[in-house]
Amino acid sequence: MKRLLINKIVLALSTISAVIGLAFLAWILVTLFVKGLSSFHFSLFVTDLINNGLRNLIIGQFILAGFASVIGIPLGMIAGIYIREYGRGRYANIIRNLSDIMMSAPSIVIGAFVYAIIVVPTGHTSGFAGSIALAIMMIPIVISTTDSMLSLVPKELREAGIALGASKYRVILDIVIKAAKVGIMTGILLAFARIVGETAPLLFTSQTSNYFSLDMTHAFPSLSVSIYDLASDVQTSSRDLAWAASFILTAMVLIINLTGKFITRNKK
Amino acid sequence: MLVMNIEKFSFTYPGAEAPSLKNITLPIEKNKITSLIGPSGCGKSTLLRSMNRIHDLYPGNTYDGKINLLNETTGEYDNILAIKKENDFIQLRQKVGMIFQKPTPFPMSIFDNVAYGLKIDGIKNKSELSDRVEAALKGSALWNEVSDRLGKSAMGLSGGQQQRLCIARAVAVKPEVLLFDEPTSALDPISTAAIEELIVELRNDISIAIVTHNMQQASRISDYTAFMYLGDLIEFDKTENIFLNPKEQQTEDYITGRFG
Repeated sequence: MKRLLINKIVLALSTISAVIGLAFLAWILVTLFVKGLSSFHFSLFVTDLINNGLRNLIIGQFILAGFASVIGIPLGMIAGIYIREYGRGRYANIIRNLSDIMMSAPSIVIGAFVYAIIVVPTGHTSGFAGSIALAIMMIPIVISTTDSMLSLVPKELREAGIALGASKYRVILDIVIKAAKVGIMTGILLAFARIVGETAPLLFTSQTSNYFSLDMTHAFPSLSVSIYDLASDVQTSSRDLAWAASFILTAMVLIINLTGKFITRNKK
Repeated sequence: MLVMNIEKFSFTYPGAEAPSLKNITLPIEKNKITSLIGPSGCGKSTLLRSMNRIHDLYPGNTYDGKINLLNETTGEYDNILAIKKENDFIQLRQKVGMIFQKPTPFPMSIFDNVAYGLKIDGIKNKSELSDRVEAALKGSALWNEVSDRLGKSAMGLSGGQQQRLCIARAVAVKPEVLLFDEPTSALDPISTAAIEELIVELRNDISIAIVTHNMQQASRISDYTAFMYLGDLIEFDKTENIFLNPKEQQTEDYITGRFG
């Protein structure tokens, strides 16, 4: 009897916890949807912030995250391959632990770091500084994904490649990475989704701009930083625009995440 | 004629106190099938994996003694334990191929799987590649089953087909020796029979060493049998002598099922 009772209590507690957690998530999404949609209009996609549109911000956000990926994905993948395939013992473990610590580093600290090493010496904020801050956030995520996906590739597959006369690097490039491809791609997509919505690393590195710009050597339009600015504006119209921008940003992140899930499910 | 001659060979894994193989002397006859039998942990797989030095994928092993491999061009024997350079390792493994317990198809098409070793070897000519792939697949009794889907992923084949694909892949590079590490223990009886038939046929071109847990398999297909126990080679002889008239008590106990 007692065991049954405990079972019921635990079940009830975990159900309540799950419901509370999901309720808040639903609340956020519903608020975002209602408020965002009421100020949403397709003209937001064709005009820039200076004319109360979001076009320059959305494009800017993707360029910032895209350039960060150009730096972060290769570096992270190569480092991940190193610690899984080449690194031995303690040295690889130190790098792995450092990368894990980096992953939990507060994003505002990364922003402050890039501010100190790039913005201060160059004298002004720039798109490059923002992308580098995002890349620093991305690298440990890509390292950890690559590392764990490569660890799932059975060692027999590597041995079979070696036994055919392939050298180690060819086995890694031709066989091991191919076998882990879907997992690594999903991880990279999730890492991209993670950085595309970041604000803190950009706040004082790229800042934002009201105008359309492709010049990454100066302050660069950023959707997330502009949401931060607009949301604290005195004018109601600005705050409405912030809701619409939040809605669009959330939708983008959601779509990228779902794409990642979709790829994994279809390949398994 | 011997294709390989193992002399006073000892092997110690990194960090292990005692050697896993002690003073093994074993001849591998050319164009014959030599099977290695013995209970789990006797060192038969360790010995097989020394014969193309696949152990060296993981550093820190200690080799002692000699493993001599016939050099077909000079007619002399080279000690493969002396190999240090990456290039020489690659050549060794092209001469001494290996088939594993679990089928290991690469995540690519059937054609690319078989062509992989050939491409590594530097063959780029498309028609030569497809001729060699076809020959290897025919030689592995897989051609009829896959000829219409060479471009499809190898992962879609059944376990037995995957294992025959792995054999085709190894045969394609024309090795002198093929090492089989329990090639049928993950397969059903019908696939096992097909693989055994294939191994017997391969003997005409390739010398074969096979590790097996299945004593019936050893007696069915092999010409010579080596019985190993706790890192020692207890007895080596023609297969019929080992199974009908073993000289050592331990061998008799093992093949009659009294232990192991």
